[in-house]
Amino acid sequence: MNDPAVLNRIRWRCRRGMLELDAWLARFLDVTYPNLGEVEQALFEDLLRAEDDDLYGWLTGRATPPERYSALVETIKATKVSI
Amino acid sequence: MIPKRTFDAVIVGGGGAGLRAALQLAEADLKVAVISKVFPTRSHTVSAQGGITSALGNVSDDNWHWHMYDTVKGSDYLGDQDAIEYMCRNAPTAVYELEHMGLPFSRLPNGKIYQRPFGGQSQNYGGAQAIRTCAAADRTGHALLHTLYQRNIAARTQFFEEFFATDLIRDEAGSILGVVALEIETGQAWLFESRATLLATGGACRIFRHSTNAHINTGDGLGMVLRAGLPLEDMEFWQFHPTGIPEVGSLITEGVRGEGGYLLNKDGEKFMERYAPNAKDLASRDVVSRAIAQEILAGRGCGPHGDFVYLKIDHIGADKVKERLPGIRELSMQFAGVDPCVAPMPVTPTAHYMMGGIPTNMHGQVVAPVKYGPEEPVPGLYAVGECACVSVHGANRLGGNSLLDLVVFGRAAGLHMIDFLRENPIPANLPEQQVDKAMARLARWDKKTGTETVAGLRTDMQRIMQDHCGVYRREDLLKEGIAKLDQVEARLPDAALSDHSKMFNTVRLEALELENLIPIARATLVSALARTESRGAHTREDFPKRDDGQWLRHTLYTRENDQLDYKPVRLKPLTVETFQPKERTY
Repeated sequence: MNDPAVLNRIRWRCRRGMLELDAWLARFLDVTYPNLGEVEQALFEDLLRAEDDDLYGWLTGRATPPERYSALVETIKATKVSI
Repeated sequence: MIPKRTFDAVIVGGGGAGLRAALQLAEADLKVAVISKVFPTRSHTVSAQGGITSALGNVSDDNWHWHMYDTVKGSDYLGDQDAIEYMCRNAPTAVYELEHMGLPFSRLPNGKIYQRPFGGQSQNYGGAQAIRTCAAADRTGHALLHTLYQRNIAARTQFFEEFFATDLIRDEAGSILGVVALEIETGQAWLFESRATLLATGGACRIFRHSTNAHINTGDGLGMVLRAGLPLEDMEFWQFHPTGIPEVGSLITEGVRGEGGYLLNKDGEKFMERYAPNAKDLASRDVVSRAIAQEILAGRGCGPHGDFVYLKIDHIGADKVKERLPGIRELSMQFAGVDPCVAPMPVTPTAHYMMGGIPTNMHGQVVAPVKYGPEEPVPGLYAVGECACVSVHGANRLGGNSLLDLVVFGRAAGLHMIDFLRENPIPANLPEQQVDKAMARLARWDKKTGTETVAGLRTDMQRIMQDHCGVYRREDLLKEGIAKLDQVEARLPDAALSDHSKMFNTVRLEALELENLIPIARATLVSALARTESRGAHTREDFPKRDDGQWLRHTLYTRENDQLDYKPVRLKPLTVETFQPKERTY
């Protein structure tokens, strides 16, 4: 599902309180998200409900994400933010 | 007329400062609204991982007067000493209050609040290192936000999450009567009428190309204040960190150089040996930042655009890098695509904190030179936190003082607003033409055709600010920067949006953010050009010395004709003796 209004909502919710999260999530949304299936897309929006502090921990490897997010977190990390 | 909601007080911004002020008001049974463009617990306060400074003396001998001395000195004597005394004296109360609210501070073995040492903290007025910053592990900002948010929910503060405030409503007499805000989900504009309005919208480091700040830090409150015809204070003072990852801006800590890392230019030269023969790569932040900027300006930068230098650490061995700098390695691999175990990391100075902002007094009242003096309160308007300039940070902020600023002055503003609301029980008549003006500004973006894009103009502005008004400042560079920014501003009317939908139109929000950023960039350039001295974070290569005779004063910039005005630094504290300006050495 690539409804523009839904995509816009998700884009705004990728705006976080920490720069690194902005960079990770926006890049993922542009590059990987459009090619995901509906279930995974819904899971990404669910992931965005997590706290910044938790997301940062999962993405930097400081903490282990809940089982349901672990594959998704790995995919986000694999979407490199290039300079 | 657009739909209207009426409150006793409206708080714009859901970070630590806004939430602390809102709590004071809500617990006094006032009707309070908090407007925030993102969910409050995703405010930039979460990035303050280090802690909150307060002279509790749990680890080292300490008292608030030493903290005050360090803050005055750290500010390079530009901080107002009455406000600094107020902040440092009230710091222990503020921290204990947070503890009682349930903030989970880390603990010492004896059960007292854990404290850690930060740079610039001393015992006995410049003596041994003090250990003064209270921490909740490495998530103090996060814990602070959550604690305050929960308390606000309990006190029935009304949250308008994902609402973007666009303009203040100011009547003929100069009073502020509320704000216009967009409901992001629907695109609907609302009028929030209130007898008192507090701006707590955070900093504006996104004017720079390289910044450690989240993308939300676009200085929305500062833009609103400039459009209302009010001044900004000390906008030439921005704190930079020397080593950030280019483009992303993410911070590479001093720890890398502490472990033996060194900087290289494109010729492979260890250039810090030229700038700081003794301290070399371990020189202070400002020295390293300026050295990197000079190498880049001289054409010795690395990469296809020559706009960064390298930070090499692989010579200490992959095992040590992995063991001692795991977090840095992860950030470098993620954001620079470089494994520091095998290759040098690209780094460049990155903007970190805005010392200037909306001028206020100790009660959070926004003050401006109006009729009778330089610091006359604007009725009904308050500001707290990074968006405000109270001024406790002066020309340079000390680590751990920003969270303290939020809670101490958030509370002070809340207390003053309660009195103000009691003295002013009747709302003034709201001037409809002011609302129309705010709506016309929004309608401008309905235009369907244009040759410019918001993203293109923003990138150009950010490059101008980085190249002409970053850590290395000189008259000719600044003048050229203003001329270039003139061109960007001239192109702004030709910009059109690619999306005109109503729901969650992020492109439209970015356009409104750009309209806040550009005048802030301009205020910064104009203020920096005028200040012909070097003080704190503002370094002029053509005026390398601090000049107390001429410049021990605050800059006030107003948008109309780029007008500059000045007011004296408040050197007299509340109860103690003045700390007289001295040379700042560490």
